[in-house]
Amino acid sequence: MKTIYLDNAATSFPKPEAMLAAMISYQQNIGGSPGRSGHGLSIDAGRIVFETRETLARLLNIEDPLRIAFTKNSTEALNIALLGFLKRGDHVITTGMEHNSVMRPLRFLQTQGVELSVIPCSPQGELDPEDIKKAFQKHTKLVVLTHASNVTGTIMPVYEIGKMIRARGDVLLCVDAAQTAGALPVDVGKMAIDLLAFTGHKSLYGPQGTGGLYIREGLDRRIAPLMRGGTGSRSEFEAQPDFMPDKYESGTPNAIGLAGLGAGTSFILEQTLEAIRAKELQLTARFLDQLDEDKNHVTVYGSGNAVKQTAVVSFNLTNITPSDAALYFEEKWGIMCRPGLHCAPAAHKTLGTFSQGTIRFSFGFFNNEKDIDHAAGAVRDLIQKGNKI
Amino acid sequence: MTQKESPSVVLFESISHALRAEKLIKAANISCKLIPVPRHLSSDCGVCLRFSSGTKEHVENILQGKLDFFEIKPL
Repeated sequence: MKTIYLDNAATSFPKPEAMLAAMISYQQNIGGSPGRSGHGLSIDAGRIVFETRETLARLLNIEDPLRIAFTKNSTEALNIALLGFLKRGDHVITTGMEHNSVMRPLRFLQTQGVELSVIPCSPQGELDPEDIKKAFQKHTKLVVLTHASNVTGTIMPVYEIGKMIRARGDVLLCVDAAQTAGALPVDVGKMAIDLLAFTGHKSLYGPQGTGGLYIREGLDRRIAPLMRGGTGSRSEFEAQPDFMPDKYESGTPNAIGLAGLGAGTSFILEQTLEAIRAKELQLTARFLDQLDEDKNHVTVYGSGNAVKQTAVVSFNLTNITPSDAALYFEEKWGIMCRPGLHCAPAAHKTLGTFSQGTIRFSFGFFNNEKDIDHAAGAVRDLIQKGNKI
Repeated sequence: MTQKESPSVVLFESISHALRAEKLIKAANISCKLIPVPRHLSSDCGVCLRFSSGTKEHVENILQGKLDFFEIKPL
């Protein structure tokens, strides 16, 4: 049976051939420790890491590539931003659609004297920017939100919120772009984003273990690093460097992973983000249309409109638990999907699907219309079998 | 060797800055090379950018305003 991979919101698969080729070439031909020695293989390794920074900066419209610090994933990037910036007595605003990568650091900070407001979203997962505005207090220091929900794909009004926050001047905007960097336009200038966390292994087509944090110029002075250690710079001093990106990049970096991330990001620039988005949107719309034909048996969460979301569809079938459905889809149809809570209990509480969760199909650039029709066929089959499976 | 032909080096605070500078200077068609920092100069990061002293002014102009910290020294 053919495997149909529909779990791209967890990690994209397969990857562009160039991504694997770049990693093999790196380890076969370079393999030095980047920035740690003056010899050719170390410098070439550093060059690969730097080129990845530049490619990402181009995609995300970041003027200075050195404003990007690499991390192992967006969770680490968000932890740096939240734990490094917020202090006892500060007030932070977030939404009811967040992943635990945002929610858990914030709940921890709450126990350390940081005040937290979680702004509810509609049962469709949509956020009204006015509700953020109403939550501002004198001591509000940060708004942190996802660019798009990992559960429903719902795209958040980041542009409107960015404009509103920048107008205030004294509050920062931190965006979790785990689901959107590489899938939707992300422009830190236009969106007035101060801190942008991204992961490499989803829509940027890099390997797992890569990610990063963009920090707007001047803000790094106000953000403590999570870790301290060797950076290859300022080696004569025992104090941590205070400049980007070394301040946040202690220890030998994942150079082979970053070689792959650079190739994955270049793939997006070659294909163009517009073409990738157009294809994913078309696949999502095709699937939603077919689910709509069975709407008496299927509940779709989120907007139900492909234009308003990423290539993620969360749904439930009457009288069938998500975990039973996922097992059936894999065993009978070869479909790899993700049932349950998707590390986002807050989002499921908003949608009313806590605690059983939903079935999530997430599509990618390497899926085609046949995959979508196969997936819709699997859903129809399970509806017919009902709870007799 | 005259003063003009003898090499100078640019010192940086990190490898990322050195690599960025190398790209900018090479883009201006000035020949340069990243080398380990000579012991007597010491420095913040392990590599520095060697170039011909005759192009010093040009190199300075390219880097000015683009990199936070750098220092040019004769080799």
